[in-house]
Amino acid sequence: MVERGRTLAMGQDETTGTRPTVEAPFGKALADVARTHDKIVGLTADLGKYTDILPFRDAHPGRFFNVGMAEQNLVAIAAGLARTGHIPFATTYGVFATRRAYDFIAIACAHSRVNVKIIAGLPGLTTGYGGTHQAIEDFGLMRLIPNLVVIDPCDATEIAQATQALADYDGPVYMRLLRGLVPVVLDPARYRFRIGVATRIREGSDIGIVSTGLMTERALDTADALARRGLSVGVLHVPTIKPFDADAVAEFAAAVGQLVTAENHVTSGGLASLVAEALFERGVARSLLRIGLPDSFVPCGSVATLQDRYGLTAPRMAAAILAARG
Amino acid sequence: MAVKNLPADTSPVSFLQGVALNLRRHMVAMARRQGAGYIAQGLGIADTLAALYFHELRYDPARPDWVGRDRFLLSTGHYSIALWAALAEAGVIPVAELDSYGADDSRLDMSTLDTTPGVEMIGGSLGHGLGQAVGMALGLRLQQSEGRVFCELSDGEMQEGATWEAAMAGASFGLDTLVALIDCNGIQADGAIVLRMEPVADKWRAFGWETTEIDGNDMAQIVNALHGARSRSGKPKAIVLRTTPGKGIPTLEHRERAHFVRVDLGEWDALARELETFHG
Repeated sequence: MVERGRTLAMGQDETTGTRPTVEAPFGKALADVARTHDKIVGLTADLGKYTDILPFRDAHPGRFFNVGMAEQNLVAIAAGLARTGHIPFATTYGVFATRRAYDFIAIACAHSRVNVKIIAGLPGLTTGYGGTHQAIEDFGLMRLIPNLVVIDPCDATEIAQATQALADYDGPVYMRLLRGLVPVVLDPARYRFRIGVATRIREGSDIGIVSTGLMTERALDTADALARRGLSVGVLHVPTIKPFDADAVAEFAAAVGQLVTAENHVTSGGLASLVAEALFERGVARSLLRIGLPDSFVPCGSVATLQDRYGLTAPRMAAAILAARG
Repeated sequence: MAVKNLPADTSPVSFLQGVALNLRRHMVAMARRQGAGYIAQGLGIADTLAALYFHELRYDPARPDWVGRDRFLLSTGHYSIALWAALAEAGVIPVAELDSYGADDSRLDMSTLDTTPGVEMIGGSLGHGLGQAVGMALGLRLQQSEGRVFCELSDGEMQEGATWEAAMAGASFGLDTLVALIDCNGIQADGAIVLRMEPVADKWRAFGWETTEIDGNDMAQIVNALHGARSRSGKPKAIVLRTTPGKGIPTLEHRERAHFVRVDLGEWDALARELETFHG
């Protein structure tokens, strides 16, 4: 009898087990950045442990506020702090930030470009707790809010760099969070995160994968697997969903055969839609293989099982790409 | 530093009543030009705004963004007609600009946007004010600023759950420089208050706020309550203001559909005459 996967605690790690990891890269980076940015304050809505912000609290206890289970108030308080000159980083889960506090993000933060950073845990399918906890549609919701920057970092390197970039940027940001033991995919000595900039991290021409968030790691693994079958696969990593680097996508798309998008999100309203909009706007008609979650809620279960069933693993991506090539 | 209206120990009640009358005159003129508006709410809150802008708040009308100022947040953005009147009378915006209330390209919108000088938040989506006020009070405390934060909200607005999220936080963080001014005028968009909100003062006390309940159209009581709210007791302050919508114009005071008032052009003269006859 095969042992079935089990739903694990909410705080399970993001690692896929094949790369070195950093523990709590966001909280560590925020604690470091706050040593020079003395206006940074940290807030959470009863999810300090599960959003990795405790290293910041421990380093700067007088600048940390837990507002309880109240996400509208989390965002409102952050907006008030920003209006008095502070730089609030407010953490909760993506589902609660987007679905519960949408009006507050739109009006209290984005409308007047108030300098609030919303850090959103459990993006897409990174928890087995089901539809209540899986932020599968947050790109779509957040990208439609004017003035809001939307970021989906792919690894520990990018989380650390993006945390610094968010502190330096004066304006509202929604950033997805990978927590726990987070893999190192990008070389910190060579990679440089900039808001709004997509980066070609692997060259290849038969297939081009446009990816964001944790799917970039899987895109690289997929590229390795397909290379062993003689296929050349390029990867364009798009960490910023908004503002979207449409020029980089168009340039990348023009130089590859089969175009693929890979996102830890439903395949409408997010990365795939942005790519399609960018290409059509430029008069480029391409077939597009969209890898991501379907238009349905995802049930409970173990993350490994669910990611396999929903096609977010590298082997499933490779199979989907080969199937699309016929 | 031209800080206006530093708190004084004496209460110039009759002076402030005169200011409130001027605010009401501005509002009638603005609503007449617009033809309609939230004038009933504006007339109801006029006394509180007069006391704030001419007695209690520390601010510089020439520099509305002065960092050391006290903040006044109008959470009910549709009361903007009263705020524009107060900001004009206080010298933050020109009185002549009141003519443009509600007109295309005016800074004086029917619902407040924070692009207008003297406006601290966008107030149209009810339930947004108190949480931002908590954040501002926290922020000012972190900076060891003297600035205090006053947040107007309404009885109908208390139906928004975010109000109570903020009430819990304000008390938990011990924000004694935060003052909630709760305008209980008994009306909301669908008419009379649709849910049972009473006992309002007991609710705020239960949430840990130092609470007083007054006639919100009695200047002496307003000044007294604001004075009491200066105490550094470790608790936020709530002042429950029992106000009469349309206060000062009997025809509007007795109007049943007061939330959004439409008045025929010829009727405005009669209303303006009532204001001059019945004030005080």
